[in-house]
Amino acid sequence: MSFLNYLISGISLGSVYAIIALGYTMVYGIAKMLNFAHGDVIMVGAYTVFIATASAGLPTIPAIILSMIVCTALGMAIEKVAYRPLRNAASPLAVLITAIGVSYLLQNLALLIFGSNTKSFTSAVNFPAIKLAGGQLNITGETSVTILACVLIMIGLTLFINKTKPGQAMLAVSEDKGAAQLMGINVNGTIALTFAIGSALAAIAGVLLCSAYPSLTPYTGSMPGIKAFVAAVFGGIGSVPGAMIGGILLGIIEIFGKAYISSQMADAIVFAVLIVVLLVKPTGLMGKKIQEKV
Amino acid sequence: MKKRMNKTAKQNAITYGIVILAYIIMQSMLMTGHISSSLSGLLVPFCYYVILAVSLNLTVGYLGELSLGHAGFMCVGAFASVFFTKCMEDVITVSLVRFMLALLVGALVAALFGVLIGIPVLRLRGDYLAIVTLAFGEIIKNLVNVLYVGKDSSGLHFSIKDAMSLGMEPGGTTIINGPQGITGIAKDSNFTIGIVLVLLTLFIVLRLISSRDGRAIKAIRDNRIAAESIGINITKYKLMAFSVSAALAGLGGALYAHNLSTLSATPKNFGYNMSIMILVYVVLGGIGSIRGSVIAPVVLNLVLDYFLRKFQMMGDNVVLQFLSDNRMLVYAILLIALMLFSWSPKAIEWRERVFHKKQPKEAE
Repeated sequence: MSFLNYLISGISLGSVYAIIALGYTMVYGIAKMLNFAHGDVIMVGAYTVFIATASAGLPTIPAIILSMIVCTALGMAIEKVAYRPLRNAASPLAVLITAIGVSYLLQNLALLIFGSNTKSFTSAVNFPAIKLAGGQLNITGETSVTILACVLIMIGLTLFINKTKPGQAMLAVSEDKGAAQLMGINVNGTIALTFAIGSALAAIAGVLLCSAYPSLTPYTGSMPGIKAFVAAVFGGIGSVPGAMIGGILLGIIEIFGKAYISSQMADAIVFAVLIVVLLVKPTGLMGKKIQEKV
Repeated sequence: MKKRMNKTAKQNAITYGIVILAYIIMQSMLMTGHISSSLSGLLVPFCYYVILAVSLNLTVGYLGELSLGHAGFMCVGAFASVFFTKCMEDVITVSLVRFMLALLVGALVAALFGVLIGIPVLRLRGDYLAIVTLAFGEIIKNLVNVLYVGKDSSGLHFSIKDAMSLGMEPGGTTIINGPQGITGIAKDSNFTIGIVLVLLTLFIVLRLISSRDGRAIKAIRDNRIAAESIGINITKYKLMAFSVSAALAGLGGALYAHNLSTLSATPKNFGYNMSIMILVYVVLGGIGSIRGSVIAPVVLNLVLDYFLRKFQMMGDNVVLQFLSDNRMLVYAILLIALMLFSWSPKAIEWRERVFHKKQPKEAE
């Protein structure tokens, strides 16, 4: 039974990773950059909900919507101020280093505003726990909602990308920026839209993450952010179902690593997975093989 | 060709000269007592910051890859060298000789890790390489934190569980005690040794980048495919640059560790934060500019130290607290502003117009 319990909490954690990984994978697919600050947008989202519910007394749903708006604005602002000027820079490292800078800026601003002490986050989920097999198998409300949210977001995003015009524009831009521009697609607008969607998802992920693990510090987002990137690579970067599968598998690996191998080594195990994946199948589970142009 | 060589030699001589001059100034200030205690405490840190920045610049500026695991190599060098010092405390009593050997051990072990990690990592490029080096740095820190090593009359004992499971005889001592790390380290490092190591690092790096091997490394950075097509062994040269960089980071780590009495691997000293801080120095000094990497850490810390003392004297505790608490905030803003200023195509065009009085380039 403990195996099943671990499996369920692994899927739950993995679903959060999957939602974060969607943001990474979309941005990477379209702007070809690793948005290091994505993890910290999660933290900002969680703080927004915390402040909105604890201090301003907003109910949960409006607080989450507010947090999504804040994160969307933040994501688009970061893209416009820090990343867009460097899109055509001579060195590919330029935008990566800037993204690291933005990540640090957000962490330290949060440290300045909210302080370093841990805030205990009240779960945003109001859903009864499900007990199966005579109470031995316990599925918490957070787990059910997280998994449900992940599936809904996945379906919604797939429909959005394949059935709507902006979604098709995103596909076109990720395929070939120049050609997309010639077809009359607003490339800058499409990239901004991608950042907006990714950041809104980050807000949701932040709430779900902090509902399941209720301690909130300025560094809350950075480790899950990096792990979600691992998940995106694992599933194949640029692929929406890949991010989902990669995220869930990684969550399961992490929880099993913690439970059966060593709790101190869980992070090392997750990173070892990344290294093995990149060496054995660099394109990930569902990624496309990219031919290098000479 | 001859003129060019002379030019390089001259530039290198200026770089060495700056270091030696700084040493003479600092040393004479130390002698005459015109130095604040906070500044004299920064002298050895300056040396290892410079060593780390120069070695990271070799990877970022000349190999053209972003390594976020530099603190990991520093960690390896620090622990290996201190471990050596602890084991040899009774055998080699002359502290200078012991320290030199410890530095060598730190650098060699870090180089070994550089090769081991480099073989898989250097197959990747760009963002992937950055994230995998970050992963390795975290793994190293994680492993050091669960490592227990003890020594008794029958030899060394290793464990990754706890100090009890070492199974030592009653008289044995625990050398590496998991998260508590190593305690009671002999403070062998001093400013003079630090400067000698800085000069050694500069010598190695400057020799490497102006040699035939260095040109191969730069060719790989500028165009990997073209370099490969003229017969440059990509893997060999990448690994060479990466492991030299790792070895020098290990040297810096060894110097760092022997300046402390207690060494433990925390997120603050060997985590991702440290790697970023070194990266800030490299970016501030100029990616690919070795002299910049020498100057940037010193100037940045001197400026911060100056402001800290100024606010302390003014009794402005709010700003003082703000600056000392939010050093990383300042670094982050600097990092973003510098990257935008020096790499954005628009900023480059603007700088050319303003500073060089050039006409803006015609659209192609």
